Amino acid sequence: MSGDKAPIGRVMAQMAMVMNLDKCIGCHTCSVTCKQAWTNRTGVEYVWFNNVETRPGQGYPRRYEDQERWRGGWELNKRGRLSLKAGGRFKKLITIFSNPVLPSLDDYYQPWTYDYETLTNAPLQEHTPVARPKSLITGKDMSIKWSANWDDDLGGSAEHGEQDVVLGEISEKIKLEFEETFMFYLPRICEHCLNPSCAASCPSGAIYKREEDGIVLVDQDRCRGWRMCVTGCPYKKVYFNHRTGKAEKCTFCFPRVEVGLPTVCSETCVGRLRYIGLVLYDADRVLEAATTPEDTDLYEAQRSVLLDPNDPDVVAAAERDGIPRDWIEAAQRSPVHALINTFKVALPLHPEYRTMPMVWYVPPLSPVVDAVRETGQDAEDHRNLFAAVDALRIPVEYLAQLFTAGDPAPVDAVLRRLAAMRAYMRDINLGREPDPTIPERVGMGEEQMYDMYRLLALAKYDERYVIPPAHAEQAHSLEELATECSLDYEGGPGMGGSGPFGETSGGAAPLAVENYRALRDRQTSDTPAAPAGKGTRVNLLNWDGKGSPPGLFPPAEPGDGTSGDSDGEVEPKP
Amino acid sequence: MIAHPHALAAAHPATAAEAGPGGVFLWVILPYISLAFFVLGHIWRYRYDKFGWTTRSSQLYENRLLRIGSPLFHFGILVVLLGHIGGLLIPESWTDAAGISEHTYHVGAVVLGTIAGVCTLGGLALLIYRRRTVGPVFSATTRNDKAMYVSLTVTIALGLSATVVANIVGGGYNYRTTISPWFRALSYGEPDANLMTGVPLLFQLHAISALILFAFWPFTRLVHMLTAPLGYLTRPYIVYRSRDDRLGNRPPRRGWERVG
Repeated sequence: MSGDKAPIGRVMAQMAMVMNLDKCIGCHTCSVTCKQAWTNRTGVEYVWFNNVETRPGQGYPRRYEDQERWRGGWELNKRGRLSLKAGGRFKKLITIFSNPVLPSLDDYYQPWTYDYETLTNAPLQEHTPVARPKSLITGKDMSIKWSANWDDDLGGSAEHGEQDVVLGEISEKIKLEFEETFMFYLPRICEHCLNPSCAASCPSGAIYKREEDGIVLVDQDRCRGWRMCVTGCPYKKVYFNHRTGKAEKCTFCFPRVEVGLPTVCSETCVGRLRYIGLVLYDADRVLEAATTPEDTDLYEAQRSVLLDPNDPDVVAAAERDGIPRDWIEAAQRSPVHALINTFKVALPLHPEYRTMPMVWYVPPLSPVVDAVRETGQDAEDHRNLFAAVDALRIPVEYLAQLFTAGDPAPVDAVLRRLAAMRAYMRDINLGREPDPTIPERVGMGEEQMYDMYRLLALAKYDERYVIPPAHAEQAHSLEELATECSLDYEGGPGMGGSGPFGETSGGAAPLAVENYRALRDRQTSDTPAAPAGKGTRVNLLNWDGKGSPPGLFPPAEPGDGTSGDSDGEVEPKP
Repeated sequence: MIAHPHALAAAHPATAAEAGPGGVFLWVILPYISLAFFVLGHIWRYRYDKFGWTTRSSQLYENRLLRIGSPLFHFGILVVLLGHIGGLLIPESWTDAAGISEHTYHVGAVVLGTIAGVCTLGGLALLIYRRRTVGPVFSATTRNDKAMYVSLTVTIALGLSATVVANIVGGGYNYRTTISPWFRALSYGEPDANLMTGVPLLFQLHAISALILFAFWPFTRLVHMLTAPLGYLTRPYIVYRSRDDRLGNRPPRRGWERVG
């Protein structure tokens, strides 16, 4: 160990993600595939483990960043020590019977479906029948007023624009000039923090951080539904399942990650903007870093907790702490570590919450590029871009509020690096002599600049996702492939549904069984959708095209020639 | 003249009368049945249904009434619980020795108990009103919940009315000479049904309804009480846990050794 460095404490590995916001087109594919994989169940209709927000905008749930109201995350108390913003252990237990700062369903939104049956059952009438929205909570008619991405693409910003918490932090000068300023998308999942305040808030100790890969999970068998985690998480990424009475959150798709596959949101990302990899960090220094006095120093503090996996001392310490060799090698190849600490273009979301979030973001240069292009100047020229980064204070200040607790310097530096890459690579792409002074001006070498370009622009699947599989020699059964009997589990088939103590009591069913059962229910049930008594709703996705699916047409009158035989071919009418 | 046992008991409420077979059932057999259900039921439920072991909070649906009703009920019932522990487990001779006269004790217990009881019952009334009138909350109410609410409300209402009636009609009832020794005798394993036969009817009914509630307890959402998170006060904030040996949600098969 070299003499000038402090000894390395306990080395732990963390599965982390970087999202390149320049590439996000706001298509919500990540949200939809995540929802299909994890939250397409009753009780979590309103839950999006992954959501995409338009910024500026309120986010989901509404104004979740207003921690003076929602009291999420950590703060420094009067003695300069880290304490939960919503109150310590004793206060938590005193307020356990009614959590004073739990967001209501209206802060998320009332989930709804449509009364499609009316469309087929309505009698002949003058006006076309309408499928009215029905609340999935009350079952009654409702008017849709908000949802997880209601202000998508700045929709309704004239009405809601001033509600953006981050804008409120900046100043008066940019009020409501959105169209003239900038817009970008912010996909969000659970941050899988190094210092998770949700876990610290859980009275039951049900939320834990996995030692091996740092994924933060809720133990469904230990959660008692005290709801403190929802308040504790400043990103509002722990949700309450109102049917089972348990907290649920993003799992980083651990069943996939354990076998070396990327998360569903990453796998399906159209823009290929997500990177997954390991970082090694010094667990003994997390608390110290989270206690950094100045908010604006937290970004650097957080970066400094991460260890350089190519440093022989770090490798030795990691081996000492039981991190397998192939994991160390994966950490060395990690695109996440490269973007955070080698190229220094990734920034953490809201480090001022002091949870040490582990989903990082490459801030978008496009608002700057667009602004330059609109002036008619050359938007690929590094001089123009550098000048614009300096001149366009609004996007920079806004990004700084998101990513560096308001300090514009790191955001400036990142944007200049991205601008330099853009200008430098244009020369190469056009077959001109590359200008070595461009990387120099942002403190990078030519080779390094090219490497960064490769990672940000070209990286293939195996470079974007460097995920060492868990050391599981049972990976086969983990995948729940159909090569073993999917009903072969404790309790056997026939379990599940509504138990004697409420919805789905009596142990969790394997996902494969749950999916199988849901499919069978949809195919065989008269009421495919959740609320009973809805009559015959039809899911055309399960229709094989033969005959008519059951319930598409109302049952025929008795004595009518064409009976309601849904299995056979329907006779063509003359 | 041979006095009918019940008439004798009514004439001398403080003296223990001979309990008939019904009395033995109510005051000896029922308590042990109830205890067995309570203990074994919890063990069984914990093993079978950890996933269902939750408060099933409905705060997400409605908060305005819950914010008042829930703390009112819960803090009330905690005080009531402490009062019962004090009244049932601490013998009269101990408080006498501590220099607390029966009158002082009685006044303190009645005042505190009535306040706590009214809070509990008021909170419960608010919560039941909320449960019935707020649509989403009502539709999340199972039959099990409804039975539990009936049992719980009856028990609390009987307990409160027993206290109030005894103090308004008579000059109060000293349960520490009858009910408390009976309760303590049960826990020694030397049950004595005779102690309970002379007890006023409302107290008897309160005790019976409570025994039924305890037998039903492990099968209701009330189980959340047993996992009150007191460990939170002492555990470290961040919980680290190693990934289970078994990954995913499938326990390893029996019979084959793992390779590697």
